[in-house]
Amino acid sequence: MDLESLYQEIILDHYKHPRGRGLHDPFDAEVHHVNPTCGDELTVRVRVRDGRLEDVSYEGQGCSISQASASVMFEQLSGDTVEHALEVTDSFLELMQGRGNVEPDEDVLGDGVAFAGVAKYPARVKCALLGWMACKDAVSQAVGRGTSEVST
Amino acid sequence: MTALDAPVSGLLDVERVRADFPILARTVRGGRPLVYLDSGATSQKPRQVLDAERDFYERCNAAVHRGAHQLAEEATDAFEAARDSLARFIGGDSREIVFTKNATESLNLVAYAFSNATAKAAHGRSLPPGGDRFVLTPGDEIVVTEMEHHANLVPWQELADKTGAVLRWIGVDEEGRLDLDHPEHGLGVIGSRTRVVALTHQSNVLGTVTPVEVVASAARSVGALTVLDACQSVPHAPVDVMALGVDLLAFSGHKMLGPSGVGVLWGRYDVLEAMPPFLTGGSMIETVHMEGSTFAPPPQRFEAGVPMAAQAVGLAAAVGYLEALRSQDGLLGGMAAVEAHEHVLTAYALERLGSVPGVRVIGPTGAAERGSALSFVVEGIHAHDVGQVLDDRGVEVRVGHHCAWPLHRRFGVPATTRASFYVYNGLDDVDALVEAVERARAFFGVI
Repeated sequence: MDLESLYQEIILDHYKHPRGRGLHDPFDAEVHHVNPTCGDELTVRVRVRDGRLEDVSYEGQGCSISQASASVMFEQLSGDTVEHALEVTDSFLELMQGRGNVEPDEDVLGDGVAFAGVAKYPARVKCALLGWMACKDAVSQAVGRGTSEVST
Repeated sequence: MTALDAPVSGLLDVERVRADFPILARTVRGGRPLVYLDSGATSQKPRQVLDAERDFYERCNAAVHRGAHQLAEEATDAFEAARDSLARFIGGDSREIVFTKNATESLNLVAYAFSNATAKAAHGRSLPPGGDRFVLTPGDEIVVTEMEHHANLVPWQELADKTGAVLRWIGVDEEGRLDLDHPEHGLGVIGSRTRVVALTHQSNVLGTVTPVEVVASAARSVGALTVLDACQSVPHAPVDVMALGVDLLAFSGHKMLGPSGVGVLWGRYDVLEAMPPFLTGGSMIETVHMEGSTFAPPPQRFEAGVPMAAQAVGLAAAVGYLEALRSQDGLLGGMAAVEAHEHVLTAYALERLGSVPGVRVIGPTGAAERGSALSFVVEGIHAHDVGQVLDDRGVEVRVGHHCAWPLHRRFGVPATTRASFYVYNGLDDVDALVEAVERARAFFGVI
């Protein structure tokens, strides 16, 4: 395991050029997640319409892994159906918790496959999951709130 | 050039010291030699400490302060001899040494003395003689500093929440010193309502050594108790509890070459005598009836349950190890030699790291009145990423907020990289650190 396989070019690219960074209005739910061991922070907003993640937006600070992962999350989940977005999130979670023994599926995860190397560094897994878990939390709050506009 | 070209006065014989630490011979991350720069989090243990612990288990293991058989006698003697060693080490009396799990428990023990005394007083229940000084009323004040480790902050916040007391704090200036002259967050926060002042002796992030005597004197002048977090001072420099003028002092064994699972609370005997217990149960009682119990005098009052005897014995061996160290030039011994050694390393690290472009040290940039915890940010690279590259080179440091989140907020940084030195570190470790930081800058393209 070397640094290059942990910090894939794709990760560094998302870190240096984050996609879709910045919070949007209007939104149905907003969550603020932190990684208490290192102080990484992320705010995620979602807007759910007709069972779709009509809008996902985020803002935060932290290490390259946490910020790049949030950028990939934005790309993969924006516009997706809630049901499929949660499946993709579970798939990313499985990859991250696999200690390097899970073969990632690029069709499902897109640039998320670049994080496969992170799974071999347990201390960094939380960083990679920060954005995804925040989004999952925001979606469940938006859906759970059950506004008349939301249907899944 | 590196400093290895000529002998440097004040250093320990690092090669000889390293030979006592089996773990330092291992490699990490694909065969790289281990450069351990995280002793501020926990220190490594010399064979002498490991042997002492094993020897206790192999020869005289028994539950101490219970039973009358020979093993129990010998185990109790070993445990109490460890207490004597720790007392001598910091200039206190054996009856003033309470063994705890770690410094966090020591500090909580004191905070709970206040909340337990306050709760008992509210119901008219009896307190130990002199226990009133631990009873808080709403509006009483607790003073801490902005550079505290969470272990010396959160228990006091909790105490304030439980009693209606008000938490106040002394701020930190740009250099990373206590800002005693600050109009709102200076020494002036200690006033007539102050009941307890809790501060660190040496910041685990900044390395700053605080003016304890000045703060303790201000506390004393208003009748407040002073509680000192000595986690980063007792392992690294001579500490004399009498000279400091504090009432209570906490430290952990695992940061001073000792085993994990043992820490110390030292307290002036009259102060300990006035404190109600924290954890209750076996060993800490005097008499027990169904209607109620009375408690043993200190230190037993604060040592409920079967104590960590082997770890205490290991910690005493660590004290013995530290006391036996000699500087290479033969001029200094014991903790004075440890302090001098770390001072040389700190000065060298400050100079070398300070010359790396984009590196900013958080805390005093001179080696005076400062210990060896050295935290820094590398412009353009998050501390986690710096740490990852360092780790890839075998250089093991701490990254994050080091359990001092408010202090990081004070300096406007989410996280720092911290190198901390100890007796087994040499100038070559500083060189490895600097080389790895330069590698991080190259890797992330911020050169």
